[in-house]
Amino acid sequence: MKAIITVVGQDQVGIVATVANELAELNINIIDISQTLMAQNFTMMLAGEWDDHALNFATAQTALTALATKTGLTIHIQRQAVFDAIQKL
Amino acid sequence: MESKSILETIQMVAEENLDIRTITMGISLFDCIDSDGKRARQKIYDKITTSARDLVTVADQIQSEYGIPIVNKRIAVTPIAMVAAASADHDYVAYAKTLDQAAAAIGIDLIGGFSALVQKGCQSGDDKLIASIPEALASTKRVCSSVNVGSTRAGINLDAVGRMGHIIKELAATDPVNCMSLVVFANAVDDNPFMAGAFHGVGEADRVINVGISGPGVVKRALEAVRGQTIDVVSEQIKKTAFKVTRMGQFVGTIAAERLGVPFGIVDLSLAPTPNEGDSVAEILEEIGLESVGAPGTTAALALLNDAVKKGGVMACEHVGGLSGAFIPVSEDAEMIRAVSTGRLNIEKLEAMTAVCSVGLDMIAVPGTTTAATISGLIADEAAIGMINNKTTAVRVIPAVGKDVGDSVEFGGLFGRAPVMAINPSQPTTFIQRGGHIPAPIHSFKN
Repeated sequence: MKAIITVVGQDQVGIVATVANELAELNINIIDISQTLMAQNFTMMLAGEWDDHALNFATAQTALTALATKTGLTIHIQRQAVFDAIQKL
Repeated sequence: MESKSILETIQMVAEENLDIRTITMGISLFDCIDSDGKRARQKIYDKITTSARDLVTVADQIQSEYGIPIVNKRIAVTPIAMVAAASADHDYVAYAKTLDQAAAAIGIDLIGGFSALVQKGCQSGDDKLIASIPEALASTKRVCSSVNVGSTRAGINLDAVGRMGHIIKELAATDPVNCMSLVVFANAVDDNPFMAGAFHGVGEADRVINVGISGPGVVKRALEAVRGQTIDVVSEQIKKTAFKVTRMGQFVGTIAAERLGVPFGIVDLSLAPTPNEGDSVAEILEEIGLESVGAPGTTAALALLNDAVKKGGVMACEHVGGLSGAFIPVSEDAEMIRAVSTGRLNIEKLEAMTAVCSVGLDMIAVPGTTTAATISGLIADEAAIGMINNKTTAVRVIPAVGKDVGDSVEFGGLFGRAPVMAINPSQPTTFIQRGGHIPAPIHSFKN
């Protein structure tokens, strides 16, 4: 399954590492990553891929929601297909 | 995938209120017909609760996996007047209660189809159903009702129009809020997923998933980018935006249908407002260049909007249907409420707008003293616009008992607030009381 993970929040040291670590633990492979600062806001977009049999979407979502609560970041995960549907003819 | 595209999609959902307004499962009840009313109702309950058992779960799953809000999960059934006609029951309130219980059991908020199609004439089931509407809607929470009183092919059933005026008054007497569950149509469509007018048409498959999308905020935002440019650019911009919005409807509908094991029907590519800021059709019209909705030019701007939405959406999905266009309900649109409250928009202008919009006079409150004949007059006018122009029109009007112009009726949630609107006091009583049937217009003889 492919999913897009977006992370927004107050800039601080180690956000990329924290999120990447969590994804590694979930065995989600990062296939694309970009990040930037918009004013003082940290924004990051990741495309991740994982094996459907090993991990279901709800588990990944729960783990990232827990991480969001712990770090004070806003983290969204959405299956990639929706972006393709809207943006590609 | 470019990050710009990802951001755009996320912004459409997060800031511009793009949503799937409704996933509606249409369920045929023809196989539930029984001469024993009690047995028929048991079959209806069983069929609905089995067919749509997973509707809410699947919708919630899609919402969380794809991050797209799915606001309503609903059911539409075969018009009950047809299903119940075989039984010996004298009124159909029990059928409404069965629908209500079935809806509650599977966790959905609205169920449509307590309906009758009487554009040409009433059979006994239609008569009983119409007579049951006030009690049926007053004694249930989730049931929605509709009556089709006219069509381009059949003309207008003036007897039914006259009757519906009284039914609406009677319904308002128990609680004006009940009136929002009843809509009177001309040229009603079979595959409309939007309440209160949704029902499962007789030509439809046994079960089907229809999706209604909405994104007035997205269109408004897209138009902000082309300020000062010609109207051709505006139309083009709306088309492009409608395309993207509709793609989402097609996408979500396909997944929902697949997971529920039910065929996918249509996407209704409508712009339906909510009372939330930035989710208003009236704001789009103002962005096109009107100082306020209701100003001269409003009808033209709305015609352009409606047409561009259809043009953009049609290519984005396999099957377009339902009402597809822009809804202009008063109570459900923050900017419309404002225009009415400040006297910039009146019923007559709204009626003109309905000639080019998706439906008709929708969610409009009138003074409690408005007579049944006046309400029937409103219905007759709207039905005539639909009949002559070969389009769907509808009336959902709320006589605000005990209230007058300057007051308002609260509906709560997405249904918003309707300011009571002034209505012309001269009476159409003699016209309505004539009864009978307005003949079909000459252009109905197309073959």
